[in-house]
Amino acid sequence: MKHLLSAADLDRDAAVSVLDVAEQMAATQQREIKKLPTLRGRTVVNLFYEDSTRTRISFEAAAKRLSADVINFSAKGSSVSKGESLKDTALTLEAMGADVVVVRHPVSGAPHRLAHAGWIRGAVVNAGDGTHEHPTQALLDAFTLRRRLVGEDRGDSSLGQDLKGRRVAIVGDVLHSRVARSNVLLLHTLGAEVVLVAPPTLLPVGIGSWPCTMSYDMDGVINGDHGDLDAVMMLRVQQERMNAAYFPSAREYSRRYGLDAKRVAALPDHALVMHPGPMNRGLEISAEAADSARSTIVEQVANGVAVRMAVLYLILSGENS
Amino acid sequence: MSVYLLRGVSPLGAEPVDLLIRDGVIAELGTRLSAADARVIDGAGLVALPGLVDLHTHLREPGREDAETVESGSRAAARGGWTAVHAMANTDPVADTAGVVEQVWRLGRRSGWVDVRPVGAVTVGLGGERLAELGAMADSAARVSVFSDDGMCVHDAVLMRRALEYVKAFDGVVAQHAQEPRLTENAQMHEGEVSAALGLTGWPAVAEEAIIARDVLLAGHVGSRLHVCHVSTAGSVEIIRWAKARGIDVTAEVTPHHLLLTDELVRTYDPVYKVNPPLRTADDVAALRAALADGTIDIVATDHAPHPVEAKDCEWGSAAMGMTGLETALSVVQEAMVDTGLLDWAQVATRMSSTPARIGRLADQGRPLAVGEPAHLTLIDPAAVWDCDPAAMATSGRNSPLRGRKMSGQVVATFYLGQPTVLDGALNEPVELS
Repeated sequence: MKHLLSAADLDRDAAVSVLDVAEQMAATQQREIKKLPTLRGRTVVNLFYEDSTRTRISFEAAAKRLSADVINFSAKGSSVSKGESLKDTALTLEAMGADVVVVRHPVSGAPHRLAHAGWIRGAVVNAGDGTHEHPTQALLDAFTLRRRLVGEDRGDSSLGQDLKGRRVAIVGDVLHSRVARSNVLLLHTLGAEVVLVAPPTLLPVGIGSWPCTMSYDMDGVINGDHGDLDAVMMLRVQQERMNAAYFPSAREYSRRYGLDAKRVAALPDHALVMHPGPMNRGLEISAEAADSARSTIVEQVANGVAVRMAVLYLILSGENS
Repeated sequence: MSVYLLRGVSPLGAEPVDLLIRDGVIAELGTRLSAADARVIDGAGLVALPGLVDLHTHLREPGREDAETVESGSRAAARGGWTAVHAMANTDPVADTAGVVEQVWRLGRRSGWVDVRPVGAVTVGLGGERLAELGAMADSAARVSVFSDDGMCVHDAVLMRRALEYVKAFDGVVAQHAQEPRLTENAQMHEGEVSAALGLTGWPAVAEEAIIARDVLLAGHVGSRLHVCHVSTAGSVEIIRWAKARGIDVTAEVTPHHLLLTDELVRTYDPVYKVNPPLRTADDVAALRAALADGTIDIVATDHAPHPVEAKDCEWGSAAMGMTGLETALSVVQEAMVDTGLLDWAQVATRMSSTPARIGRLADQGRPLAVGEPAHLTLIDPAAVWDCDPAAMATSGRNSPLRGRKMSGQVVATFYLGQPTVLDGALNEPVELS
């Protein structure tokens, strides 16, 4: 893989191979000395146009544990109107010899543009662009699901396995969610079924062609209307959305689409509770649900490092071959 | 030299004839014409059309001379076969007073490549709040008859009604940029399957259709003329068809790019495809072509919108909206409409010359190819194939969505007031106007 811009860049075998390499990376992270010499002498630039401490730290840890040099380039605010253009920043990074640019940007498609406009030769990894995609988040979610559902089921390693036959509900602000878009694509590629649950205002027009089903009824989905769930993935909902009439109030949103203890109790016993973070406790997820035994929220963060190590490794090793 | 003998050209695609231009008019039409003092131009294989008239051009001057000037834009127009262009009012300062429209008109006269007809703003500063002095612009030397806030929609229903009524006093027309502003806040592309996948804020078809529906009803109610700019959706076509069937005096235009390109191109995230109204779906393209063929949509207008390089050499969300079109329009119409059998050349002439001239009340443009008529002519070689290279164009704008594409049909010559502004496919000389 040259770049990772969209979860759609990965076919089933490529996605499984990222997850398998991530397992190997995770194994090395159990050792006393976590650092590998693999990417010594390579330069990874974290180009972040949005505040995202979690994702940036995760990529930074991943790159450092592979012995890459890491440059953090924080550029709040963007582009033509507000100073240096994305192009000029890209040319600067190119001049500094960036092998990989990990980019987070508020504008959908900015990583795609960075990869294809001819400004840089290095690889580009999308670390979240606008309301488009966040493919490494989807990979770490898939990694978490595979470990917990497939690995534990089989009582052994999940290596080489996909998520065939598994069913995941993704609940919340799908319209504005890059996590939802990447997860729908990747989970489908890996053979899982996805049910999107949201108020109609927060599902995009034109969603009909997505490889998933949809519901406005969270309790119905929790209770198995679309079949038994293996996981519920909650999306962050911004309080400001109610000002644009996407929903009437935070209270009403919580009542209809929030994950609380009662809804958790209605899930099948093995079903996982997931959230990409950062959470709005009390809005889309209650404290009981977030802190319940079946919550994988902290585990997702840890898995993020292993998955990003795998992505950086595969991109830079592929470049050599 | 003001005598030209066009040997063996096909008027509107009909049987070849010789056409003699003398002193700015078509002096003779026939076979085996001769004139000792004439420069002879071999017209074999060339189709002669009346000079094209664009009802919708952005020349950017005054204020954005980095994007285009009246000089560069009217050169581009001549290259594209146009002999008149309507310069939109969204300049800086806005063309909302007699002073600004006269300035643009004088710049056009000085350039001399085409007849530059200023469009006047409907509201002061395109602000949508107070009527601009429409009568003063109509009475000025520029004799404005088309009024538009293009770029912005006259969204206030009362103001739109008043504008429609008021311009009747001087036979003007309001050209509406139909875009409901609340439904299109921060809109980036057509709302549909592609926008859902790309995570770009949608520009729903209903935002155009709702305004057109309101405006045709208003125009019918007050008995006024309405022109609809850049129709882009199948639903808009249905509304206009209904309005015409009811006898409402509405005309409509479609751009070349909406006849050819779709929102699938946005998957590249290349801002050269960012335009307002946005590229729509293949179904919309098919409906627009059918509507142009059956006359529901009256004309093709370019919405030529040049931008400096940096306005497009960036990420999608930061990029300016708009595409160049003057130098590619006729080729696109040939590809989308003529080569597909939807229009013949005579119908192209009505849609790109005589009807836009009538809507803009340009008495001496869009005339028949007949003896005694003013010699505004375009010669096109329908068999020519060329590569679209924005760097080779006369416009200052490099933002052509057709970049790298094989184009069919080339403008070989343009005659404005009987003089060749374009000859052998290249710019020749402007006309000196006193």
